[in-house]
Amino acid sequence: MNLLTVSGSPHIHGDNSVKKVMYGVVYALIPAMLISIYFFGFDAVRVMLISVAACILFEFLIQKYLIKGPITINDGSALITGILLAFNVPSNLPIWIIIVGAFVAIGIAKMSFGGLGKNPFNPALVGRVFLLISFPVQMTKWPKPSILFSNITDAISGPTPLGFLKEELKGERTVQDIIEKGSTWVVDGVEHSYNIPNYIDQLVGNMGGSLGEVSAIALLIGGLYLLLRKIITWEIPVTYIGTVIIFTGILWVVNPEQFVNPLFHLITGGLMLGAFFMATDMVSSPMSSKGQIVFGIGIGLLTVIIRIWGAYPEGVSFAILIMNAFTPLLNNAFKPKRFGEVLKINH
Amino acid sequence: MKTFKLGGVHPAGNKISEHKAIEVLPIPKQVQIPLGQNLGAPSVPIVKKGDEVKVGQLIAKSEAFISSNVHSSVSGKVLKIDNVINQSGYKQPAIVINVAGDDWMNNIDRSETLNKNITESKEEIIKKIHELGIVGLGGATFPSHVKLMVPKGKIAEVLIINGVECEPYLTADHRVMLEKADELMVGTKILMKALGVNKGLIGIENNKPNAIEHLQKISKNYDGIEVHSLKVKYPQGGEKQLIKALTNKEVPSGKLPIEVGCVVQNVGTAFAVYEAIQKNKPLFERVVTITGKSVKNPSNFLVRVGTPISELIEASGGIPNNTSKIVGGGPMMGKALVTPEAPIVKGSSGVLLFDEKESKRVKEKSCIRCGSCIRVCPMGLEPVLISQLSKMEMYEEAEKANIMDCIECGSCQYTCPSGKPLLDYIRLGKFKVGQIIRNRGKK
Repeated sequence: MNLLTVSGSPHIHGDNSVKKVMYGVVYALIPAMLISIYFFGFDAVRVMLISVAACILFEFLIQKYLIKGPITINDGSALITGILLAFNVPSNLPIWIIIVGAFVAIGIAKMSFGGLGKNPFNPALVGRVFLLISFPVQMTKWPKPSILFSNITDAISGPTPLGFLKEELKGERTVQDIIEKGSTWVVDGVEHSYNIPNYIDQLVGNMGGSLGEVSAIALLIGGLYLLLRKIITWEIPVTYIGTVIIFTGILWVVNPEQFVNPLFHLITGGLMLGAFFMATDMVSSPMSSKGQIVFGIGIGLLTVIIRIWGAYPEGVSFAILIMNAFTPLLNNAFKPKRFGEVLKINH
Repeated sequence: MKTFKLGGVHPAGNKISEHKAIEVLPIPKQVQIPLGQNLGAPSVPIVKKGDEVKVGQLIAKSEAFISSNVHSSVSGKVLKIDNVINQSGYKQPAIVINVAGDDWMNNIDRSETLNKNITESKEEIIKKIHELGIVGLGGATFPSHVKLMVPKGKIAEVLIINGVECEPYLTADHRVMLEKADELMVGTKILMKALGVNKGLIGIENNKPNAIEHLQKISKNYDGIEVHSLKVKYPQGGEKQLIKALTNKEVPSGKLPIEVGCVVQNVGTAFAVYEAIQKNKPLFERVVTITGKSVKNPSNFLVRVGTPISELIEASGGIPNNTSKIVGGGPMMGKALVTPEAPIVKGSSGVLLFDEKESKRVKEKSCIRCGSCIRVCPMGLEPVLISQLSKMEMYEEAEKANIMDCIECGSCQYTCPSGKPLLDYIRLGKFKVGQIIRNRGKK
């Protein structure tokens, strides 16, 4: 007989692991990845590969030479950060800017706090917001989507539906007028025009935007997969999306000329990506059910406030990062319901 | 279908030995009968070295309130009263007896005839349960007579018989329900009489459909006993979880089940009560499961208390070569043994043999704050928090975070994707907080 192993109970372990959780998220991102390649072609592949490679490389270098600890680059977390960072930038972003973003995401937002599990903010979003503030021109030049690899002159760029609507609303136009007629303008003697894509195109992802955020359908499929595999729970996506629908719905009912309908808010911009993949990041979101509900509502309110009254047309990233800061407080304020805490007797 | 609501996990059942009928394990050459076989104070020996004892003879007496009598499980000569290594790995005083023959006390009725006629009064039942050393056989070994003495101001409304057996691998209770159904029912009626209640609920998880069907059929002959099928979920066999599942009542934090009018007893205990009251037989043997994926003959043995675990292993076909962990009890809450020579006690429900792979814990990783441990905690605690507080020796904070509510079911550690030893630290924390609370009481 071998020597006996002696350890405390439990003596069995469920088959869940960090790796399974992380790769589950990666699988859930595949539909959106394919759509981004379909609409943005080789550029999408380029951005994703560089972002992922840079994120994993920075994590490796920091773990090996700075922390001198165990190398955990194959746990899948740097891979996710890489994909999500790529998903949050335009497909024509210069390589060096992507690498800067990856450094900020991994080096500053994740590893400087101690690595996986210790970061208070979502690393990919920190990288994205850093780039948005540092390189506003490159970060808001959205290439027009085109069907698979037919986009030869990738210099053509246009606005995002959210950005366009916000700009046009600054004039004296109504929402209906902007959606129906679009707009034409002249730059350097060349006439440009833009029409907001119809709802079908918006759902599928045939519109300008960051490469992974455009297809609400693909993200929804991935989100449902995460819910089914119980990698995420319903609280954050449901309360986040619900809050956005209710808030924008009220505004729309009160003044449909000035405020666009909830569906538009739902399927344009980064809401779906944010609700299913960014806000639900386990590390930076609250742990109890009640905390997650408040967290989701908070992000929903902030997203709408920034989209409608803020300086930026899109508020998902800022809203999530702001609520990330509240996570420790929410963890303290909203404890799970204890068994036997309230005496309940049903006679 | 009924179950408790908060938390819980679904480990694989692995009930390998569920179809194996109970077999009588041959009497060993020597037994070591520990003096403290119950939750509470150990009993005091009343025999000495060289004494001849019979099967069922009282050999150690309970002197405190929460304590129980110990009877000899064999006949023979007392070799010594000395420390032995118990299943927890600690030294514990035990009466060591060299076996000679199988000579029973004359007052024990060894016939198999079913005796349904309960003649003893309420008080007589409780007294006899105390005298014959009956303790809770579900594992916690709380002296049964104490549970039956309802404190002043409290009223017992319902008796719950725990046939859940939610621990994977274990099948001892399952076999008792199948093979001793009538005795179990009479035992339940005796317990109901002792409590003065006319309602008895037997809860069984629906992974034992044959036991549910069998008991439901037989229960028609016994007034006031209902058999309920429960949806499989660990730790449904936990007292508070079972009460919640069957009656939807929540035992308040820090209180006993009687607070909500319930008393819970294990099926094995109900059977032991039947034997004690109707057959005058003290508790000195019980059904124990010996199992494991590499075990040749996984079995359910009727074992005399004090039998070395190595005897069960031999009887199951010998120890498999790859064995590297022996667990006393179930895989979720059982104890890893230091030596296979540790004796079977009243609270032993099973012995598991794990191979090298099964014995190893998963490698510990960083916590990813997924909150799984919180979602599965059946007590609504934050295992990650109380574990961390214990690790950092912040015991006062751990107490405020209700560490003492933890039932040590292990669901948190079972489910943790990062392989954190959550329960190791929580157990340590509970021990330290318990000390702090006791010291506070002394001041």
